Amino acid sequence: MSVPNNLKYTKTDEWIKVEGKVGTVGITDYAQDQLSDIVFVEVAVAPDEEVKKEATIATVESVKAAADVSCPVSGKVVSVNNDLPNTPELVNSDPYGKAWMVKIELSNPSELNALMDSAAYEEFIKERSH
Amino acid sequence: MFTPHTKTEREEMLKTIGVRSLEDLFQDVPAGHRFPKLDLPPALTEMEALAELQDISGANETVRDLACFLGAGAYNHYTPAAVDMLLRRGEFYTAYTPYQPEISQGTLQSIFEYQSLIVELTGMEAANASHYDGATATAESVVMAYHNFRGKRKKVVMSPAVNPQYRATVRTYTQGYEDLILVGDGPQADLNAGPESLTPLIDDQTSLVIVQYPDFFGRIFDYTSLINSAHQVGALVAVVINPTALGLLKTPGEMGADIVVGEGQPLGIPLSYGGPYLGIFATRKEYVRKVAGRIVGETADKEGRRGYVLTLTAREQHIRREKATSNICTNVGLMALAATMYMSLVGKQGFRQVANLCYQKAHYAAEKIAKIPGYSLCSDTPFFHEFMVCCPRPVEEINAHLLDDGILGGYDLSADYPTLKNHMLIAVTEMNRREEIDALCESLEEVSHA
Amino acid sequence: MPEPTIYELSSPGRAGVRFPEPDVPATPLPEGLLRKDLPLPELSELDVVRHFTHLSTKNYSIDGGFYPLGSCTMKYNPKINEETARLPGFTMTHPLQPIETVQGNLAMMYQLQEWLKEITGFAGITLQPAAGAQGELTGVLIMRAYHCSRGDVKRTKILIPDSAHGTNPASTAMSGMEVLSLPSDARGNIDLDALRAVCDDTLAGLMLTNPNTLGLFDEHVLDIVDIVHKAGGLVYGDGANLNALLGIVRPGDTGFDIMHLNLHKTFSTPHGGGGPGSGPVVVAKHLVDFLPTPVVTIIEEGNEEMPPLYGYATPTKSIGRIKSFNGHFGMLVRAYTYISMHGAEGLREIAELSVLNANYILARLKNIYHVPYDRICMHEFVAEGKWDDAPEVHALDIAKRLMDYNFHPPTNYFPLIVHEALMIEPTETESKQTLDTFIDAMVKIAEEAHTQPELLKEAPHNTPVGRLDEIKAAKELVLCCMLPETA
Repeated sequence: MSVPNNLKYTKTDEWIKVEGKVGTVGITDYAQDQLSDIVFVEVAVAPDEEVKKEATIATVESVKAAADVSCPVSGKVVSVNNDLPNTPELVNSDPYGKAWMVKIELSNPSELNALMDSAAYEEFIKERSH
Repeated sequence: MFTPHTKTEREEMLKTIGVRSLEDLFQDVPAGHRFPKLDLPPALTEMEALAELQDISGANETVRDLACFLGAGAYNHYTPAAVDMLLRRGEFYTAYTPYQPEISQGTLQSIFEYQSLIVELTGMEAANASHYDGATATAESVVMAYHNFRGKRKKVVMSPAVNPQYRATVRTYTQGYEDLILVGDGPQADLNAGPESLTPLIDDQTSLVIVQYPDFFGRIFDYTSLINSAHQVGALVAVVINPTALGLLKTPGEMGADIVVGEGQPLGIPLSYGGPYLGIFATRKEYVRKVAGRIVGETADKEGRRGYVLTLTAREQHIRREKATSNICTNVGLMALAATMYMSLVGKQGFRQVANLCYQKAHYAAEKIAKIPGYSLCSDTPFFHEFMVCCPRPVEEINAHLLDDGILGGYDLSADYPTLKNHMLIAVTEMNRREEIDALCESLEEVSHA
Repeated sequence: MPEPTIYELSSPGRAGVRFPEPDVPATPLPEGLLRKDLPLPELSELDVVRHFTHLSTKNYSIDGGFYPLGSCTMKYNPKINEETARLPGFTMTHPLQPIETVQGNLAMMYQLQEWLKEITGFAGITLQPAAGAQGELTGVLIMRAYHCSRGDVKRTKILIPDSAHGTNPASTAMSGMEVLSLPSDARGNIDLDALRAVCDDTLAGLMLTNPNTLGLFDEHVLDIVDIVHKAGGLVYGDGANLNALLGIVRPGDTGFDIMHLNLHKTFSTPHGGGGPGSGPVVVAKHLVDFLPTPVVTIIEEGNEEMPPLYGYATPTKSIGRIKSFNGHFGMLVRAYTYISMHGAEGLREIAELSVLNANYILARLKNIYHVPYDRICMHEFVAEGKWDDAPEVHALDIAKRLMDYNFHPPTNYFPLIVHEALMIEPTETESKQTLDTFIDAMVKIAEEAHTQPELLKEAPHNTPVGRLDEIKAAKELVLCCMLPETA
């Protein structure tokens, strides 16, 4: 299970990569593996929309499960990945790259402190697989 | 009868389990409440039960005993004999929901065919496997539109000429959506007005506009321009249809509707005192993931053999639980199957013939009734097989007289619309012979003198 | 052989049914309001009969075999029910006929209301709901209306055990109420401490399936009801598992306030390949006024010469109408027939033998399949479909392999609290021979899982189609047949 060490993680299996003021959000390798083959992605927010931490920003569906993607931080949506609805399988093949979902301009960067680093997230995955 | 074990078998089984008696299996049930004495009549044998139900059903007067001019949401049509013969196959009616596709291809393919027929009939792009009836399908359209806009649009505009029972059901279903407002069908609504009267109510807070086609009063309006104005402010439009009428009439799809719902009972389903019936639900492809209920899709197995499965199930309650937008589970699969068989049997020609017979006979009846002194047609808008008659006396009194003459009169509109006193809604189908229509007219004439 | 679709079988100009020519003078059709084309198929009657007969042979059904399908109560559907429901005196009545002309229908519905109240121990009933899920929606709306009528508007929280059916939380959310999940304890009961901890003045009620979806009767049911009532909440019973309780205990007697019944489970009305069902709701005295409209009642009492006059009434604080007309009437006739043929003793025997059958299978399988909650069960039990020494085999594979032995699979992957769950409910109508054959197949499959796991992974082998590609279905979304000319 891949857990890159330059990202921050949530307990609901989202990742965020922060560059300057902007954070890029997606779901983790572990999450895509749990869901299995993704057949549908819907991004639920649009550019310029203000979102609060933990608001639903996207929905991901496989044939046997559905999951809402929660925003790890508050801020304003800068852009959304418009390729995903047509190529949902990217979430399985490249969860940390091409399958990014939303870019957000952080309104409260201190919210990042509450997120896990890669080591903590790896431990968190281990706990749950028992 | 229905429980096969012999005494010996029971004892063997109890021994295997390791208990002495059947009572021992119920130790977890609070002792004070265990084995209550139920006050029920003694068990009947099959022949006694049949005799009893024959007696009970014999106390009814039926649409075979009476000439039926009652519609208002349920219609007396002819169903070809083959429909019920096929429906009685145990392989269909004793099957479970097709969650195991390898051993449910019969049910799955027939639902796929049902979806296809509904799509063609309505001019839409996708249909689900059914809701309970026309009323609940309409209510689900409101719920779907609400979620489509993520609850941000709080208004639903409902024509007062939508079936009153459907409007009541919408109100019940939306009790929990405290911020949702329903407008358009209040006591001040102008019942004579056409769809243009709804346009001023539609704004950028409107999620859905609901109209009926033909409407509850039987009138046919082309909703194209209403739908255009709704679309201009981003609202969706649901059209409640009568499927028989679509044998002749322009489809809601052609008018631009986003959702089509309706009562499928006219498609080979017996009146059966109100149910089970069939809730039709169709929409555009872009909204298909928002639709509640089961949907069947085509696919293949590993060897490339064509097969069908329930698809898009991740939307449903058994997966999404409280995040699902609808709780529907069991629908009315067998009724959808009956409708599929009916549409396949009557086919392209027969379906048009039925619609034309309804139209012709209803217009003959309307013209003849309008000539009776004291009676008139309440509207000059085109109609299909149901029309509103302004009567010289309260409808209840007229219907009592008609019943004495062996006629089941039309629907008393004052029950739902206090301003429509003395307004009767008359339905005519292919089942009404000319002589019955003539007898209705005679009886109506008599009662106006009585 | 794949069966062609009705569109593929269609041949232009063919007709299955003829209708008479109009016997009235012609009226012109309304120009401008007509459709251009009516793209329905064209088939002969025999084409249609063969097509649906072929399709029927691709279905598993109760008439064809055993469905150990947990929580679904797939019992035999007596043939007499189909006869009585089709009596023309019933099927040929219009739902809006004057009540004087349908006294038979109303008398039957009234009697059925009385019987169902007696069987469950409640004071009031509606026959309106079209299915169990609609019964739940009705029930939760009644709970909401009850609290609101007392000005107790902050009660919005409904507790639902983690073992509950998905419809429970979905119905709750649809009613605008908030769902709070409750954990189960090690014996499969509700965790009483967890329950106490969340009982406060925001509690609207608890939805309890008892016996629960593990097939276990909650050992503390009276305490649970008491705790919820003391906090001002109501207790809702999900009647999905009522089959185990007929004549054994009346939920109304144990303090439940409200419950829905599934006539298509407990009272033998057929499942129809996914409905129609019927989900009457029974309520205690304090909730009678909130029932949906209409309810069947006696309008004028009868006497020795005259039967009573039956009609409809709207309860004073009714939540309103939940569907059109008078419920799934045809299903009500079937349930009436079934109850009339059982009487009090017959009903108790249903529960006893459904519980006997489940415990018999449990006793014979529990050393082969791990059973996480090993107690005397009620009408069903849950086993695990996995072994540590056969790691590649899952519950799904066992389910699919059972099809090769001509059995319908048990419910799998539910309840969610058991990993790789196989939920087995035999019902009372199955003979010991059938149960033994099923047990033998389960034993054989457990062996195969260890010796030839690929047999399970590739199963089923003997069905009209093999495992179908659900990913392709969900991605390509082919939801209707293309017409030959437009394809």
